[in-house]
Amino acid sequence: MREKRIRVLIAKPGLDGHDRGAKVVARALRDAGMEVIYTGLHQTPEQVVEAALQEDVDVVGLSILSGAHMTLVPRVRELLRENQAGEIPVLVGGIIPEEDARELKEKGYADAIFTPGSSLEAIVACVRDLAGSK
Amino acid sequence: MFDEDKLARIREARVRWAAGSPPGPEAAAAFKTVSGAPVEELYTPLEVAELDYIRDLGFPGEYPFTRGVQRDMYRGRLWTMRQFSGFGDAFDSNRRYRYLLEQGQTGLSVAFDMPTIMGYDSDHPRSRGEVGRCGVAVDSLADMEILFDGIPLDRVTTSMTINGPAAILWCMYLAAAEKQGVPLEKVGGTIQNDILKEYIAQKSWIFPPEPSLRLITDIFAFASRHVPRWNTISISGYHIREAGSTAVQELAFTLADGFAYVEAGIKAGLDVDEFAPRLSFFFNAHLDFFEEICKYRAARRIWARHMRERYGAKNPRSWMMRFHTQTAGCSLTAQEPENNIIRTALEALAAVLGGTQSLHTNSMDEVLALPTEKAVKIALRTQQIIAHESGVANTVDPLAGSYFVEAMTNRMEAEAEEYFRKIESLGGVLAAIERGFFQQEIADAAYAYQRAVESGERVVVGVNRYLSQEPVNIEILKIDPAVEERQVQRLRELKARRDNLAVKAALERLKQAAQGSDGLIPYILEAVKVYATEGEIVAVLKEVFGEYREQPLF
Amino acid sequence: MRQLVQELLQGNRRALARLISLVENDDKRKAEVLPELYRHTGKAYVIGITGSPGSGKSSLVDRLLESVRRDELTAGVIAVDPSSPFTGGAILGDRIRMQEHALDPGVFIRSMGTRGNLGGLSRATREAIQIFDAFGMDLVMVETVGVGQSEVDIVKYADTTVVVLTPAGGDSVQTIKAGIMEIGDIFVVNKADYPGTERTVAELNAMLDMKGAEDWRAPVLPTVAVRGEGVDRLWEAVLRHRELLESSGRLQAVRRERARQELADQLEHLVKSWIWEKIRARVPYEEMVEKIMARSMDPYSGAYRLLEEIDFPLPQ
Repeated sequence: MREKRIRVLIAKPGLDGHDRGAKVVARALRDAGMEVIYTGLHQTPEQVVEAALQEDVDVVGLSILSGAHMTLVPRVRELLRENQAGEIPVLVGGIIPEEDARELKEKGYADAIFTPGSSLEAIVACVRDLAGSK
Repeated sequence: MFDEDKLARIREARVRWAAGSPPGPEAAAAFKTVSGAPVEELYTPLEVAELDYIRDLGFPGEYPFTRGVQRDMYRGRLWTMRQFSGFGDAFDSNRRYRYLLEQGQTGLSVAFDMPTIMGYDSDHPRSRGEVGRCGVAVDSLADMEILFDGIPLDRVTTSMTINGPAAILWCMYLAAAEKQGVPLEKVGGTIQNDILKEYIAQKSWIFPPEPSLRLITDIFAFASRHVPRWNTISISGYHIREAGSTAVQELAFTLADGFAYVEAGIKAGLDVDEFAPRLSFFFNAHLDFFEEICKYRAARRIWARHMRERYGAKNPRSWMMRFHTQTAGCSLTAQEPENNIIRTALEALAAVLGGTQSLHTNSMDEVLALPTEKAVKIALRTQQIIAHESGVANTVDPLAGSYFVEAMTNRMEAEAEEYFRKIESLGGVLAAIERGFFQQEIADAAYAYQRAVESGERVVVGVNRYLSQEPVNIEILKIDPAVEERQVQRLRELKARRDNLAVKAALERLKQAAQGSDGLIPYILEAVKVYATEGEIVAVLKEVFGEYREQPLF
Repeated sequence: MRQLVQELLQGNRRALARLISLVENDDKRKAEVLPELYRHTGKAYVIGITGSPGSGKSSLVDRLLESVRRDELTAGVIAVDPSSPFTGGAILGDRIRMQEHALDPGVFIRSMGTRGNLGGLSRATREAIQIFDAFGMDLVMVETVGVGQSEVDIVKYADTTVVVLTPAGGDSVQTIKAGIMEIGDIFVVNKADYPGTERTVAELNAMLDMKGAEDWRAPVLPTVAVRGEGVDRLWEAVLRHRELLESSGRLQAVRRERARQELADQLEHLVKSWIWEKIRARVPYEEMVEKIMARSMDPYSGAYRLLEEIDFPLPQ
């Protein structure tokens, strides 16, 4: 029998090509038994949200190392809301200063934020948690 | 290095010694380099019995350059302290450059923002939120003029980290120098211009491989005739390592790329000695001290041997591997960022002991954001302390002859040769990229490393051992969001002000040239001089060349 | 559920995505949905695209979508990738190659993992095709990795099957798996800028000629998908094949056979599910396994015994 599996979108919005983190996380999520839909690099927020909708994912993961997070993350959340999918949790990984992280969370743009040095275990647990809360 | 008789006596004594020492309490698995290569308990002449001093090490400044590319190394001249920097708009970065030069930095290194790196103007929809964020925004010659305002380009050399659109930014720099009244033959510096490692690791590409290689060989040809002091390419292992490779992969893939460029130059009809002396390299300095030093020594020897024996280069300058080094960004931690100062110092020391020609030391806060002025200063001071206080610059290649260092150098060379054979069997570098060979090797190594950190097998202080609960509390450089608006506004004004008919004509000529087989640099130079923007030039070339798309590999 | 179906029929893409998840998860509630949808199906034309990993199927689909959209047709894409046999997880990366159509309202791309159950995948794919069909897509493209027999099964639901190969390099095409030659209506030799293309095309043609003449002789088409070369000809071939199926009445025959198969599959599925449910509820199945292990029982009589236990009306 087929069973329900957690589906996660791992996306790289913006122009930076640093995909080491995104790929390592994608593998860890796969090894934890999840289905990871990987969008590839250089995605616009519009592309990310469209992929999240078509793939009916439980969690959207964004990896951003270019410093554009304060533009890209709110935009992704807005577009999700515009498409009646505002409830999909958004997880962000990358170089995100503490102050920005706080703002992104307080304003409801991101549900969780991971910076360099975060453990895969913590990320996997967080995804599982967010997927359950949806 | 040793005669048989002596070796036999050492062998005997070693057996006796080994029998007398109890087995260590720690698991053997713990003794590995940061790349996962095993490290023995002890190295003796037995491990380097085959070493031939003249053949394998030689003298500094002489073939095979294992001990360094200059005769006197740092006694003659210290390495160039070159801090990579750039943020905001050209005005902001110009101020930072002047500050760094005042602090005793000896060369500039420009970081461009992502839109510039990817060939988009600041007003492109894809540039939203990225303008001036992780580097400086440059859309046209007008920005380049501001960037180097008051900085004499005949005396300061500049390195520019730019790849896909390297030809365009280089032409802007040359045009800015000319405007200062500096003739091209006096302009010196480096463009990274290494597209192969973009496909392999860094993923900031624009065009497909073939036209990209054409642009690169066009640059080789133009520089060898008109800009003789320019390093036309900086063949980079840095990003391969940052993407998660091992030290040997960094070494092997970078040199394989280097050989591919040499072959492309020869195929384009250039004489190898015409362009090879201007090829330069760029390596990572990671935390495993000896592994890194051996990597640099092996790299010099491999390059010299292949250039002389395989490609028939006659000019000793073609055999010499000169390289820039940057400490490993990926070794920094967001936890207790001050610890990064120590990590960077150790890495910088390895680069110096490995004989680097120039060095960038990361700032402790770079894992959190762009560095503040204070953090940059500490990073620069780290280099100055190594140079002037530690005494390591007093003699050339002080670690040569260490049994450990020579054995590891040999091992890394052998393992790199193994990779060259593998790449060859896949049909060369381009075919291996197409098949995702490098990408897969790197992704596997990155994952293995992360797993080792997770399991605690690899200790990262402050991350998986000796954790403290103190919140991170350091000052962060904020980029004013108004930078983007100002930059877009300036671009709009430029487009209104310039001679748009001349721009159109120059772009049309460039397009025709791109469709043919002419060298493209004169056409690009002509376009930038009439203030055609980077985005406009890239758009024209995309029309002719198409765009590259990534390989889906994990 | 009713509402979800209504939304789907009105063209709501979110409903489309959710309904596909329902069949993917083999959710019980799909039993309310599928019968409702079925009468809205039968209009979409289904193209199966299969080939080995790395043969460039996704790029080919991406380029085919260009032709599809130029002809003002809409398309749903189902991209199937293998799940890990150990964890059941998967990384589904086919979208990377289909960027051009990421925002096109006439295209909908859905990635699916095999989830370690090939029979189940086969059914989920069929049901997803029906959902796309009911949604009103003109075409459904199903991209699968043609490595195992069960993946090849999926072409049973395709009206036109495209088999994607790459130049065999030094190897001969003879090494191509038996079976793959049987299922292709069109053969594509992708990456035709690699050495060995001509030979691969010639060998394929020779093999196809040996099959003897029918009303359709599968063409062998070289393409370079990343540059879009040869894709127009591929699209033309798909259209010609469709025309032939329609004009010769074969499409009706194929679909009749498919209806027969679907009915049979569904019947078996129901009976099996019913039996397992009863057995799980009433019978100490594991005890039976232990007895068979100990040789105090054999599986032949065991099966009969189980069916008796659940009052299954066995013929004597």
